[in-house]
Amino acid sequence: MNRIDKTFLDLKKRGEKALITFISSGDPNPLKSEEIVFTLEKAGANIIELGIPFSDPIADGPTIQSSSQRALSENINIKKVFQMVRRIRKRSEIPLILLTYFNPIYQFSPREFILQAKRAGVDGLIIPDLPPEEAKELQVISDKEELDLILLISPNSSKGRIKIISQLSRGFIYVVSVTGITGARKEVPYPIKKVILRIREFTDKPLCLGFGMSTPEQVKVVKDWVEGIIVGSALIKIIEKNLENQNLLKEIEKFVIKLKRPLSSGNKITGEP
Amino acid sequence: MLVKKRGYFGKFGGCFVPEVLVPALKELEEAYFSLRKEESFKKELNYYLKNYAGRPTPLYRARNFSRSLGEVKVYLKREDLLHTGAHKLNNTLGQVLLAKKMGKNRIIAETGAGQHGVATATACALLEIECLIYMGEEDVRRQSLNVLRMKTLGAKVKKVKSGSQTLKDAVNEALRDWVTNVKTTFYVLGSVVGPHPYPVMVREFQAVIGREAKKQIIREEKRMPDYLIACVGGGSNSIGLFHPFFKEKTHFIGVEAGGLGLNTTKHAATLVKGKRGILHGALSYLLQDKNGQIRPTYSIAPGLDYPGVGPELSYYKEIKRAKFVSVTDKEALRGFFLLSKTEGIIPALESAHAIAYAKKISSLLQNKLVIINLSGRGDKDMHIIEKYF
Repeated sequence: MNRIDKTFLDLKKRGEKALITFISSGDPNPLKSEEIVFTLEKAGANIIELGIPFSDPIADGPTIQSSSQRALSENINIKKVFQMVRRIRKRSEIPLILLTYFNPIYQFSPREFILQAKRAGVDGLIIPDLPPEEAKELQVISDKEELDLILLISPNSSKGRIKIISQLSRGFIYVVSVTGITGARKEVPYPIKKVILRIREFTDKPLCLGFGMSTPEQVKVVKDWVEGIIVGSALIKIIEKNLENQNLLKEIEKFVIKLKRPLSSGNKITGEP
Repeated sequence: MLVKKRGYFGKFGGCFVPEVLVPALKELEEAYFSLRKEESFKKELNYYLKNYAGRPTPLYRARNFSRSLGEVKVYLKREDLLHTGAHKLNNTLGQVLLAKKMGKNRIIAETGAGQHGVATATACALLEIECLIYMGEEDVRRQSLNVLRMKTLGAKVKKVKSGSQTLKDAVNEALRDWVTNVKTTFYVLGSVVGPHPYPVMVREFQAVIGREAKKQIIREEKRMPDYLIACVGGGSNSIGLFHPFFKEKTHFIGVEAGGLGLNTTKHAATLVKGKRGILHGALSYLLQDKNGQIRPTYSIAPGLDYPGVGPELSYYKEIKRAKFVSVTDKEALRGFFLLSKTEGIIPALESAHAIAYAKKISSLLQNKLVIINLSGRGDKDMHIIEKYF
C-alpha cells in the first residue's frame, strides 16, 4: 500500500480528516522549504504538496503567483525539487505530492519525470492544466510506476465528467471548491456540498477540498463532507509576511495546529506542545 | 472509460486547461459549430463585415513597390483598410456575435499592442455588450493611444501587473477572469492560439481574408499566386490568408519578429527558434528556457511580441506546408519606409515584416506573382518610429 492510501486509512481508523498543505518548493529558499516541510508535519499536516514553480500559472491567484516568482528567482527547477524530496525522505515518511503545470514536465520528458519522481520518493502528482482528455499518456506511465495522478473536479463539471474523473483519479480526488483561481477566502462555498454528494454517487475514493480554504471556522463547516482539506494560499501568506522573520517556522506551526484541530477526532493533536 | 482528445492539428493544439474551463470550452465548441452553419448567423456576420467593417478589402496591385523589387508582381491584401485599421475586426465581430447568441452578457479580451482590444471594444459597442480588456502595464504605457480608443468606445481597460506585464500576462489574467466568471462571460481571444476551439474558430473568422484574395487574384490574373507572405505573431492574419490556398501549389511564407537578432534573446521568432511546449491551453512551438519557463520576448512590432504561436502554424511547419523566417527590427523598419514612400501606404510595423522579407528575397521572386497580407496600418506606430528620423 502506498503512503497516500495508508494515510487515509490510518486517519479513517482514528476518525480524523487529512490536512493537506501546499508550499512552493524554494519559497523563500530551498533550505527553508525543507525546514517548512518538517514543521508542517510536526504541526499536524498529513500530506504535503510541493509546487514546482511555472512562469505562467493560470489557475493561481496573486499569492501563489508571487510565491512561484520567489521560487523561480531562487532558480528552482525539477531536478532540484527531486533532490529536495530525496533529502526529505531521509527523515520523513509523510506523503509527498508534486504540483506543477504541464510545460515543465513536458520539457523534462513526462516518462523521465515520473520515473525520477518515484525514485526520489514522490507519491502523487497534480497538474492543474492537464484535464483527463490530455492526461491519458501520462496516466499509463504513472499507473505503471504506481505514482498517483490526482485529478480535479470543479463545481461546474458535468455528471458525465465527474464519473470519468472519479474513476481515473488515483490516491484521492481534488475537489475545487469554487469556480475560480487559488487564493484564501473567508466564506464557505456552500453549493460545493451538492457537488460532493454527486461525486459520492460514483466513487468511494477520498475527496479532498481545496481552493479558498484558510480558516479553522471554514474547516469546521466542511470537514464532515470530505476526507481532507487542502490549504495553500493562506499558508503562503504566512510565509510571505514572515520572509525576514526568525519566527517564520513558529508562525507556520501555530497556523497549522489551529487548522488541524477541527480535523482531529479527540483532543490529542500531533505536534501540540 | 473514454475521453477523446479534441482540436488537434497533427500533434499540435489540444485543450490543456484547468477542469473548470473544460465545460465552458465544450459549450463554446458546440455553440460555434452549430451556429457557423446557420444561415441567419452567416447572414448577420456578413452584413456587418460588408456594411460596417468595409469588406471585401481591396487586393491592390502595388506597381511602384513591385518595381523596387525588380520584375515582381506584388499584390497587397488591404486589411489595413478594414474598420479600426487591421484584420482583427474580422474575428471580434464573429466572436462577439457568437457571445450574444450564447446569451453571455459580459465580454473579456486580452490585448498586447491594443489592436485586438480596440477591435473587441468596437464590436462590443456595436453589439451593445459590456467589455473588459486586459492589458499589460508595460503595454498600457507603450500604447496609450489605443487605451484611449478603447475607453472612448466604452470598454474598461484593466492593467495587468503580473509577470512581464505584456501580452502573455494579459492572456493569463483574462484566463483567470474567465475561470472565475465562466457562467456569464465570453472570452474573445485575439489570435489563433489558446485551447480548442479557439485556433480553428479564429482561423475560420480570419479565413475571409484568403477567400477574398483567392477570388480577387483569379479575377485579376486568372491564376493562383506563387507566393503568399504574411507576418506571424500569434498567426491569425497569416493563417487567415494561407488557409483557403492550402490545396493550391502556392508557397506560404510566414515572417516572424527577429527583433535585435536571432543570436540575442531579444526576439519573438517562435517558429524559427522555439521548441514544442504547452502555453495558454495548446501544444505548439514556444520560446522557453530549458526548464520549460516561458521566455520574455521582444519586437519593435508590439503585435508580434508573443512567446507562442498558433498550433495550426506549428503543424504547417511540421508538414513543411509553410516556410517560417524572420526579419530584424532594422529590416522591418526599412520595409516600413519603403512601402510608405513607394506606394503612399504606411504599413503597421507588424505588416512591415512581411514587406521587408519580400524585399530581402526579391531575387527569388523575379517573374513571380506574390500576395502580401498588409494586415494593418501604421498610424498606431508613429510614436515608435519617431526616433528613427
